[in-house]
Amino acid sequence: MDFLAPFIEVYKPDNLKFLLEGFGVTLKVAAISIVLSFIIGGLIGTLRYARIPVVSPLLAVIIETIRNLPLLLIIFFTYFALPEIGIEMEITSAAIAALTVFESAMLAEIIRSGLNSIEKGQIEAGRASGLSYIQTLRYIVMPQALRRMVPPIVSQFISLLKDTSLAVVIALPDLLHNGQIIYAQKGSYVAPVFVIVALMYFIVNFALSQIARRLELK
Amino acid sequence: MLDFSILTNNIDLFLEGFKMTIITSLIALLCSFMLGTLLAVMRIAPIKPLNWIGTVYVEFIRNIPVLVIVFFTFLAGNFGGMTAGTIGLTIYTAAFIAEAIRAGIMSVPKGQMEAARSTGLTYGQAMRMVILPQAIKIVIPPLGNQFINLVKNSSLLAVVAGGDLMYQGDLISAKTYVTFDTYVFVALFYLIITIPLSLGVGFLEKRMARSN
Repeated sequence: MDFLAPFIEVYKPDNLKFLLEGFGVTLKVAAISIVLSFIIGGLIGTLRYARIPVVSPLLAVIIETIRNLPLLLIIFFTYFALPEIGIEMEITSAAIAALTVFESAMLAEIIRSGLNSIEKGQIEAGRASGLSYIQTLRYIVMPQALRRMVPPIVSQFISLLKDTSLAVVIALPDLLHNGQIIYAQKGSYVAPVFVIVALMYFIVNFALSQIARRLELK
Repeated sequence: MLDFSILTNNIDLFLEGFKMTIITSLIALLCSFMLGTLLAVMRIAPIKPLNWIGTVYVEFIRNIPVLVIVFFTFLAGNFGGMTAGTIGLTIYTAAFIAEAIRAGIMSVPKGQMEAARSTGLTYGQAMRMVILPQAIKIVIPPLGNQFINLVKNSSLLAVVAGGDLMYQGDLISAKTYVTFDTYVFVALFYLIITIPLSLGVGFLEKRMARSN
């Protein structure tokens, strides 16, 4: 029974409520970041797809650079380095900004390859029927591409939910951070806290991954 | 302008971290490749309990943050930061590699297994000598992607004092009070590893797409 005692101590209502509050912060930060990343990534992905001279290659370099850097470095950079050049943000904004920069680069690639997956004949047909290039993109290519992009975007959201945990390094009060506060009280609390924290992440992400799989099969 | 004296004065620390990042990523890649192959075979083998263990491992690990795993191996085990971090990265990456290898095995036509079995090979032999060598080819680009992710994720070692590039960067910025320039140099060291890998993977993917 000694083994179970710390579990019972950790899983009392106060602690569970504290962990859920943390999870609320995780979900909120992830949700805001994914919406911002979708807008910015959508814009960048479309601009890269359109092959505009100078702009598209320049964006390609920026996107590839960001995608090839560790997210942890981007978070540290946003919170600790940017103030040196006069850009100061509080913790939540810094976390959202860093996650948005990173995920926008990821989503831009998803959106670009989604657009690329639509046959070129569709554009030619659209143009031949008298639509402008922008109209063709908007009414013909986008609606078809968006449907194909939904599963990878849901997967990316799962990654984002997991990546949000990295913001504990700048003390964002998210699920992992609140878990750390609980297990810091006593050495024997480590295992019970990690079990419940991992389960919380797992339940939400597994549900999302099942939705993504369902959508993929359609 | 960037202050290059940050780089030149601390080049030993930068290179030490750079080396550790490469070493831990390579060790974690090798270990997670072995564990991932084992898990993939378990998920496919015609033995139900093995299927369940493989599936539970992959689905559970894939859906929790790698940092949670790294903290756990660091706190629960009696390891230093570097060892705990490498074990944590291995546990996490193995789940993704298992999925890549499983997809590779599934892409080998069923007839190959039947033909191998009918020549008298056991299931294990057929898997090892006939199916896996063919699957590996398809698995190389996703493995490359996992290696890139590993290099990036190895930065989490910094959180458990693992002596990697990110960790050394933090030390340098704490010593010099110049965070911005230090992090830019850290970023460049990461890009030296990840950009060539990305280009290589992109090249392989394109070549495979053409050969299909």
